[in-house]
Amino acid sequence: MAKGKETAQVISQERLAKDIYSMWIRSEKIAAWAVPGQFIDVYTKDNARLLPRPISLCEIDREEGRLRIVYRVAGKGTEEFSRYQAKEEIDILGPLGNGFPLEAAEGKRVFLIGGGIGIPPMLAAAEQIKGEKTAILGYRDGPLFLKEAFAAQGPVYVATEDGSAGTRGNVLDAIREEGLKADLIFACGPTPMLRAIKAYAQEKGTLCYLSLEERMACGIGACLACVCQSKEIDGHSHVHNKRVCKDGPVFRAEEVEL
Amino acid sequence: MEKNDGNAARVDMQVDIAGVKLKNPVMEASGTFGSGAEYSEFVDLNRLGAVVTKGVANVPWPGNPTPRIAETWGGMLNAIGLQNPGIDVFARRDIPFLKQYDTKIVVNVCGKTPEDYVEVVERLGDEPVDLLEINISCPNVKEGGIAFGQDPKAVEKITRLCKAHARQPVIMKLSPNVTDITVMAKAAEAGGADAISLINTLTGMKIDVERRTFALANKTGGLSGPAIKPVAVRMVYQVSGAVKVPIIGMGGIWTAEDALEFILAGATAVAVGTANFHDPYATVKVIDEIRAYMERHGVQDIRSLIGAVR
Repeated sequence: MAKGKETAQVISQERLAKDIYSMWIRSEKIAAWAVPGQFIDVYTKDNARLLPRPISLCEIDREEGRLRIVYRVAGKGTEEFSRYQAKEEIDILGPLGNGFPLEAAEGKRVFLIGGGIGIPPMLAAAEQIKGEKTAILGYRDGPLFLKEAFAAQGPVYVATEDGSAGTRGNVLDAIREEGLKADLIFACGPTPMLRAIKAYAQEKGTLCYLSLEERMACGIGACLACVCQSKEIDGHSHVHNKRVCKDGPVFRAEEVEL
Repeated sequence: MEKNDGNAARVDMQVDIAGVKLKNPVMEASGTFGSGAEYSEFVDLNRLGAVVTKGVANVPWPGNPTPRIAETWGGMLNAIGLQNPGIDVFARRDIPFLKQYDTKIVVNVCGKTPEDYVEVVERLGDEPVDLLEINISCPNVKEGGIAFGQDPKAVEKITRLCKAHARQPVIMKLSPNVTDITVMAKAAEAGGADAISLINTLTGMKIDVERRTFALANKTGGLSGPAIKPVAVRMVYQVSGAVKVPIIGMGGIWTAEDALEFILAGATAVAVGTANFHDPYATVKVIDEIRAYMERHGVQDIRSLIGAVR
């Protein structure tokens, strides 16, 4: 799969919620190659921080040659990104990893489930899936960032931990409360949420793909930092460790132990 | 691909490690480059002096729990724990992959017991690889690894054992986590080492104060990156004054300037490690920049720079 490192230009930056930022980046190459569920590595300008930050693609605009990332400020590196304004030049590497298998969605009722900072990559999937799709978004509290963008693509249900909007509780509470049904699940979010979704999918016999997160260094499958436990022997090291960056980040739910 | 083909005749970048001729002194450090497959999507492996593989054991090793890495100021900690597929898969898959390229193959060998090392070394005797690098310095595994590298008697013994079973020249990779690196280097030389590589990572720790826990599941990890370079240059300088065998220098090399520091301090070759994570093109950039430095300074033979600062 084609990938590369390049110096790209920031088109715009916007704060969506506390510590949640949205950045559009000009990159014709990566926009042409990328699929929903893939990520890019973003490099800081401070050489004391030498590892790239892996950030999932929130929107892929092939026609305009641009990418959108929506990310959380989790430390000094992402804090630096949040200060970039239009025309700032940034180094990015990508697209990396494997995306959601969109072909599996054809003719199916699809759940697109996002929790917290796992919400953004589900928007890229929502924009490219043509059939029947329902977004279920889990937030701790307000504001409900990206909800409107999902609404433009199809029905959206919301769960909030504090009950300030939608169902009080988590995404599965919303699914049950609303009596929602699907033949296929794509999901991204914190591990406890993914674990619960995996169990739900197993119980219902629904095909399910999960996008995982782990601390990464190289981002391309060489350093073996970001492994997850896999059910089967993995193809790389012949143990039970799949590489989140290279074999994932999207896995069949049964493939991984959460 | 060779950007400077036109100038190739003017500067000679070839170096010799134990009779193995490298087209230039730049390789990458074990563990930062897999067996080259992933990085071959970014760099032409034909351009490298050698490819050094990630450590290979006699059987597959699962490595440590995650998180396995943490960023630090100017560096990073890793505790991968030598996850590897074992010699069978390695020999079947990774060696044929590397043989497609016009570069030398250095296989890093790890083990938990002396018998493990011997098994891998013997298996590699029948394989088309150029050099063996014996890892007695990994700080992230409980058995083996560094346990063989912190006592001079143990260093000499494991070196002698590997040499007795090896068909290829043997490089001993030393740990910086010792009081006097020259003692370990002399022990490796006494055991018959054909070359010495240093430094492996420095044992470190990072604490996540928000979560009040260790940043790494392993608690400790190996520190690498620019933060450790001055320590590494000092150790290469000391070792080059203590032994006669060639030295492969590494530890925080980012640029040609860094690489040249090691060469001037006494390294015959150098390895680019953590920089690969920051820039997948780091190795070839260092090669191009060394050539540019040589042209700029009228250096015809890179060997004239080795240990030139005393």
